[in-house]
Amino acid sequence: MRTRRTLAVALCAVALTATAACGKDGSPDAAASPSNAPALPTYTVKTDVKVDSAVLAEAKKRGQLIIGAKADQPFLGWEDVASGDRSGFDIEIAKMIAADLGFTPQQIKWQTLVSSQREPAISKGQIDFYVGTYSINDERKKTVSFAGPYYIAGQDLLVKADNKDITGKDSVAGKNVCTATGSTSIKNIQQYNPKITQFDTYSACVEKLLSGEVDAVTTDDAILKGYASKYAPKLKVVGQPFTTEKYGVGLNKDDAALRNAINDAIKAHQDNGDWKKAYDATLGLSGSAAPAVPALEKY
Amino acid sequence: MGFLFEDDNFALFRDGFLQTIELSALSALLALLLGTLLAAFRVSPAPVLRAFGTAWVTIFRNTPLTLLFFAVEFGLPALGVHFEHLTFATLALGGYTASFVCEVLRSGINTVPLGQAEAARSLGMTFGQTLTLVVLPQAARTVLAPMSSVFIALPRNSAIAGAFSIGELYSAQQTFSDRGYSIFSIFFWVACAYLVISATVATLFRFLESRLAVAR
Repeated sequence: MRTRRTLAVALCAVALTATAACGKDGSPDAAASPSNAPALPTYTVKTDVKVDSAVLAEAKKRGQLIIGAKADQPFLGWEDVASGDRSGFDIEIAKMIAADLGFTPQQIKWQTLVSSQREPAISKGQIDFYVGTYSINDERKKTVSFAGPYYIAGQDLLVKADNKDITGKDSVAGKNVCTATGSTSIKNIQQYNPKITQFDTYSACVEKLLSGEVDAVTTDDAILKGYASKYAPKLKVVGQPFTTEKYGVGLNKDDAALRNAINDAIKAHQDNGDWKKAYDATLGLSGSAAPAVPALEKY
Repeated sequence: MGFLFEDDNFALFRDGFLQTIELSALSALLALLLGTLLAAFRVSPAPVLRAFGTAWVTIFRNTPLTLLFFAVEFGLPALGVHFEHLTFATLALGGYTASFVCEVLRSGINTVPLGQAEAARSLGMTFGQTLTLVVLPQAARTVLAPMSSVFIALPRNSAIAGAFSIGELYSAQQTFSDRGYSIFSIFFWVACAYLVISATVATLFRFLESRLAVAR
């Protein structure tokens, strides 16, 4: 009896450690696309680019563009830990801009930065610019400058594909909704449902959603679409965003020339269809249709 | 510095503080009961009990606490066990601390001269009686100082629960950071709160020591 219990405890420990490891950020092949997925666009690298920007001149001299990005958001800003490859919608946007500034994808040096490190890294010049679910707001405009927006996100709900009760923010009362500890998403959803579950990563929330302990996960729909793509067709995004988050490219506050160049690059790739292709091959895998192409704010 | 007394910040801070105390108290209780039981297992004559105690201490003391929280919060539901988040956190934190309590108590048991247990046995006491009436009371009095370290560490370890859906001080800190208050002032207040808790525990143990410590 006791031996069995000891054995059971040992087995549990092993099993639980394994589960814990998976719970963190998904399995290594998470970014692998299904075989019938739309292909990613390719970008023609411009030669003879003339932009009067000190940051860009410095990048040309070192032969490398340093771009800040996220590494833990599937189909948005994702790094395959095994191969070191980056993929996702934000990564594609960064590649488009790099191409128009005269840099090939091989000349990009990616720098993973978590949200709280973004402003210091940009203002201290540790990165040339940042592409990673970076909402444009007045508070941030005091320290950094934004090109874009290249995508307009809004807080939405991620639910299981067969869920019919949750149709938007007004149907979450009494449901168990999960989001990240300390995020602004909490405040927004609490108006509709005071009881929420919080973990420090969205992947933990998604894990709980898949196991059925929470009914929905809430944050920006771009992030949710990434998870819906990763776990397609098990999860879906409700598609009734109730806030507006304009994702911009963060760059040094005083570099108007670079900002204009990035704005031009975004505009050019929106117009030639690369933007839509990039969406379809990444976040579009979630089954959610592409939102309207956002108008640039050239402030 | 004064941000704490603006808006509804104080309510959030107070709730976090109370939640930290509640989680710490529940975990301390679990750790004390479970740790004593495990210590008894580890010195018991039954090899199976000893093995169980050793296995518990080895697994729980050597696993990072975050991993234990993960294992409890995500592993148990996978096995069909569903509790409140507070229960999960108490199990993880209590189980972890219990392994330390067990080892501290065991070191105390080792300080009780063997003759005491032999004398008890020759009076006809069972193992249980020997342990609870003769050995453990003396052991517990010996280890008050190291035990206070374990229980001072516990409220600070409880900060990890903030990442697992417990609204304690750590998660309050995250919310304040997100609202954009200066990191320094946030951590000043959070550190003060932890200091109050730890100092209270330390004072309690010092009082117990002055009353109970064994003079040798």
